[in-house]
This record gives sequence, structure tokens and C-alpha cells, in this order.
Amino acid sequence: MGIEVRHVSKTFGQFRSLDDVSFSVASGELVALLGPSGSGKTTLLRIIAGLEQADAGTVLLEDSDATHVNARDRGVGFVFQHYALFRHLTVFENVAFGLRVRPRGRRPTEAVIQEKVHKLLALVQLDYLGKRYPRQLSGGQRQRVALARALAVEPNVLLLDEPFGALDAKVRQELRRWLRRLHEDIRLTSVFVTHDQEEALELADRVVIMNQGRIEQQGSPEEVFERPATAFVMNFLGSVNIFHGRVEDGRAFLGPLAVDSPEHAGQPPQPATGYARPHELDLGRADTGGGLWARITDLNTTGAVVKVELTDDEGRLIQVQLGRDAYTELLPTAGERLYVTLKRVRVFLKDEKP
Amino acid sequence: MAGYVSAHRQGSATLPRRRLTEPALVRWTLIGIALAFLALFLAVPLVMVFSEAFAKGVDAYWAALEDPDALSAIRLTLFVAAIAVPSNLIFGISAGWAIAKFRFPGRNLLITLIDLPFAVSPVISGLVFVLLFGRRGWFGPWLFDHDIKIVFAVPGIVLATIFVSFPFIAREIIPVMEASGTEEEEAARVLGASGLQTFFRVTLPNIKWGLLYGVILCNARAMGEFGAVSVVSGHVRGRTNTMPLHVEILYNEYNFQAAFAVASVLALLALVTLVAKAVIERRLARSLAAHDETAAPESA
Repeated sequence: MGIEVRHVSKTFGQFRSLDDVSFSVASGELVALLGPSGSGKTTLLRIIAGLEQADAGTVLLEDSDATHVNARDRGVGFVFQHYALFRHLTVFENVAFGLRVRPRGRRPTEAVIQEKVHKLLALVQLDYLGKRYPRQLSGGQRQRVALARALAVEPNVLLLDEPFGALDAKVRQELRRWLRRLHEDIRLTSVFVTHDQEEALELADRVVIMNQGRIEQQGSPEEVFERPATAFVMNFLGSVNIFHGRVEDGRAFLGPLAVDSPEHAGQPPQPATGYARPHELDLGRADTGGGLWARITDLNTTGAVVKVELTDDEGRLIQVQLGRDAYTELLPTAGERLYVTLKRVRVFLKDEKP
Repeated sequence: MAGYVSAHRQGSATLPRRRLTEPALVRWTLIGIALAFLALFLAVPLVMVFSEAFAKGVDAYWAALEDPDALSAIRLTLFVAAIAVPSNLIFGISAGWAIAKFRFPGRNLLITLIDLPFAVSPVISGLVFVLLFGRRGWFGPWLFDHDIKIVFAVPGIVLATIFVSFPFIAREIIPVMEASGTEEEEAARVLGASGLQTFFRVTLPNIKWGLLYGVILCNARAMGEFGAVSVVSGHVRGRTNTMPLHVEILYNEYNFQAAFAVASVLALLALVTLVAKAVIERRLARSLAAHDETAAPESA
């Protein structure tokens, strides 16, 4: 096991940042810690790195207890959100830093340092910038220098705090792909923190979703996206339509909608909420039952999918995404009244709400 | 709406570039007053010091400086500064580090206390040391029994000088340290640097201009201090007289030329300090600007 976190809790003053969190990362795995701000994900990352001490719980790195090991001896590479490059050192010296501060016995010779740093700079495609200072680099370049610097000490695990947070959309896309390829090449146990669900789902082998200091769900991107364990996860992983109602005898009655809900069959009647993603709704011109009528208030036909916004008679806003084919078949127009049906809905009981 | 927004933008973009529109008369009056003040209170005295110092010729000037008492005063001043400045360097870095990088109870009190020597009259500061270490002071009897002399001796002068000059370094480096944050130190730690390595390789290079600036101001104050030192020195010629005290004694003896000759050395020190300050201030501003630049999120 690359990283194992067991029952870690952390409080800052009155604020409970982490509440009995346990999870593990297999060797060579790339895991995303995903959550809104204040969910404790960065604190968790800092505890793994040893930059923060947990109030309770243990951290194991490469199967040995690292809970009380100093950050400098943990053998982790850490990439800070704002890179934290040493501004008075050149790019080359930034990357060489971790090698130069080693105790005399373990410090490589100058020739070895030169070779190694050049190799790392080549890996991050910045060898030609070795003599520049951090302030002369673009954000994406700084990010890669920070990564090379972290890799220079040959860490057992790599931790990245919002690695693409401070970059603009296009650079972010490129770096994301590049990091994924790099990870496939070097297979270093890695954890990155992000609040961007798209980034987490696209990049990670496994996603750990956090909320209010707790882990809501962990699993592969498909798993958490297709089978969200809680209403929070459903809500957080993309836009969603929410229908309030109740479950009774294995059926959910969500306003005018009625669907089967077999997983709640044995339970007494109680309030529940249905969640459906925009692409899980269908539009038609005929009342086929179990659906509701709504008027199109906004229609956006630019892009790979057509985004339709409707308002039903009770003023409820409904978002629908149609594939291009379904759109050309139906050809809805703004202001038209259409029949909305659910292809799929997930029902969570009221007390499961975030 | 769109028209409003763009008009608003334009307005705010041109505003800083607009020149002051006060009439020329007002402008030149203000400039004139400022220049007259500068001439009256800075330039004229400075010229006076040097013209009086050389009033009896270069030989008399050197004679005044080579007088054994003058030499001893210069030596004592250098000696005191050589202790006070390094002490305050250590104190200033520790206090600056604590205040800038940590949040702890009493932090605001510490910030206030650092400014205390600015707020208290130097004479009072001197008196405090007399009350503490003098014959009738708190520690007086104990010190007397152990034959240790602090007040009216060199240790008292050193203590008083440290006291009046200690805010300078801390004051200068706190903003610089706060601007540079703690992330670089954390990065160094994760990369395996020890505490000392982190300090010398990361923290110190980031604060060096602020630190140097503080040291220069601190040194100027340490060498020029009169009030506090005057109270604790006892004015023993050739033994406990610093340069400012020596100037006063010569002046009181109507030996104006010698007084101004010694004073000219202090004035020279002030000029050197000013030049160094100007140079360092520029570097400091540049390094602070670099902080902002690297800290700001930026796109490629």
C-alpha cells in the first residue's frame, strides 16, 4: 500500500476540519481528493505530507508508520497550489535544492546533480529555461518546475494541492493530459486535491469525495458518477434536476412524476428527493404517462449537446440535455410546451440529504 | 448598460494619468515652502557643521580628531554599535519571524512592545536602567556586592543603546517576512532541508534587503544616540564618553571647532546612511514587487 490514512481527525479552533477519515492509495495509483472548499481535502493532504499534525489517527507511508515522522524525512514530493518556487533561485537551482540540502554523506556530487536536474528539466520540457528565475516564467511553466523540484528528491509519493487551480482553462487542459501521461510513465503513487469534478473524473484512477471533513464516497470515476452513494455526491458531480416528494410501497412520487424505487420497498412511507442529470431526461410532444408538462424558456443549440431549459406549471426549473440526433428528430422551439419524462432518476430519502 | 460599463471603465483607466490641476502659483508655493524647509533645517546645519569644523584649518581639524579623548569616544561608539547592532539583529529576526510566520496569544502585544522605544523619551529609557542597575536600584546592592558596574560604565551604555535601537530591524523585516509567507519554507522542509538550511537558503535571501535596511537604520541610531546614553554614561572622559557626549562636552567648554570636528564625523555617518538607505530602499521595493508577482495567480 502506498499511502494509508487511518481514523484521522483534525480541528482548528472550533472548526472540525477532518472527522475520522480513513482511506488508502495503492502503490502507483493516482487518486483525486475532491470536494468543495472547506471540506478538509487540503488539510488531509498536508497531514499526509507532515506539514500539519493530525489530532488523532495514523498515517502510513509505504506500510511504515509516518505519523510522527518529520516532513523532511517522509520522502514525499509536494506541489503547492501557488508552486512556492524559491524566487531568488534559478529554475535549475530550484530543482537542485532538494539534492543540495542533503546531509553530506548522502549528497550527490556536482556532476550527478547537474545530470539529474537536466534530466528532470527535460522531462518537464523546460531544459532551455534553466537559467531563468521563477518570476520570468508563465504559470504553466512554474507549475512544471514545481513538479520537477518535487520529483528531484525521488519521493515515494507525490502530493499535489490544486495543481491546476491557478491556471487558465486552456493551459489547464494541456497540463492535465500531460500529467496523466507522466503518471503513466513513472507510476508514482500520487494524490491530488481539486474542487473541479471534471478534473478529478478525467485524471484520477480513483476519486475520494469529501464533504465537511468526511469522506462521502470513494471509487473509480465511473462508479462515483454512475452510482453516487449520497445525494451530496450526486449533486456535486455535475448539474442535476431535483424533485422533492415521498416514497411509498417501493414507488417514489415526486410532484407529478412517479417512478419505481425498489431499493426503498421495505421502508415506511417518508419524504424523499429524486435526482436526475440533464441527459437523463427526455422530451416529447405526447403524454406518455409518469411525466410532466413544461414550457421551454431557454434553448441553446450551440455545442455538442443541445441545452434546453424548461419551466413547469409550478415554476420549477428543469434542465435537459438532448443529443444532436434527438434534437433534429424533435426540433423543439422556444416557448413550446413539451412532455418531460425521466429515463433515469436516483431517489434518496430526506435524511440522506447533505 | 453596456454603454455605462464601458464609459465607467474608461473613466477609471484615465483617472490615474490625469495631472494635478492646481494653478501654477499654488504648486510653486508648495514646492517653495518644502525646499525652504529643507534648506533651513537640513542643508544649512550640515554646511555649518563642516564649515565650523574646518574653521581653523585642516590641521586643527585633524588635531581635534586625534585628541586621545576624541579617539576614545570614537572607539567606544564603534564598540557599542558593534555589540548593539548584532544583538538587535538576532532579536529583530527572532521577533520578526515569530510575528510574521505564527499566530499566537500575545502577538499583538509583542508588536506594540517592539515600538515602545519609539514612544518613550530616550531620557526615560536611560533613567529606567539607572533605577534598575544603579546603586539604589533594584539590582544595585547585589551588583555592588559582586563588584559589577553597569550604570556609569560601558555595560550601561551598551544596554541603553540596545534598548533605543531595537525596533528598527524588527520593524523593517516584519512586512517583508509577511509578504513572503510560509509556503517557500514549507517547500524547503518537504524537500528535506533542516531548520538552519531553510533559514539560510530560503528565508534569509528573501528578507536580505529589508534586513540590511534595518541594520543601517539601527546602526545610525546606535551611534548617534544621545539622551539615554547621557543618563547612564556618567560622562567620564576617555572612558564612558561616546561621540555625541564628547561633542556636547567640547561644546560646553566653548571649544566649538573641536566640537564641530567630531560632529562632522557623525554627520558624515548620517550622509553615508542616507545614501545606503536610498540604494537599499530601491532594491527592497523591487524585491517586494517580485513577491507580489510570483504570488499572484497567473496564466500562461
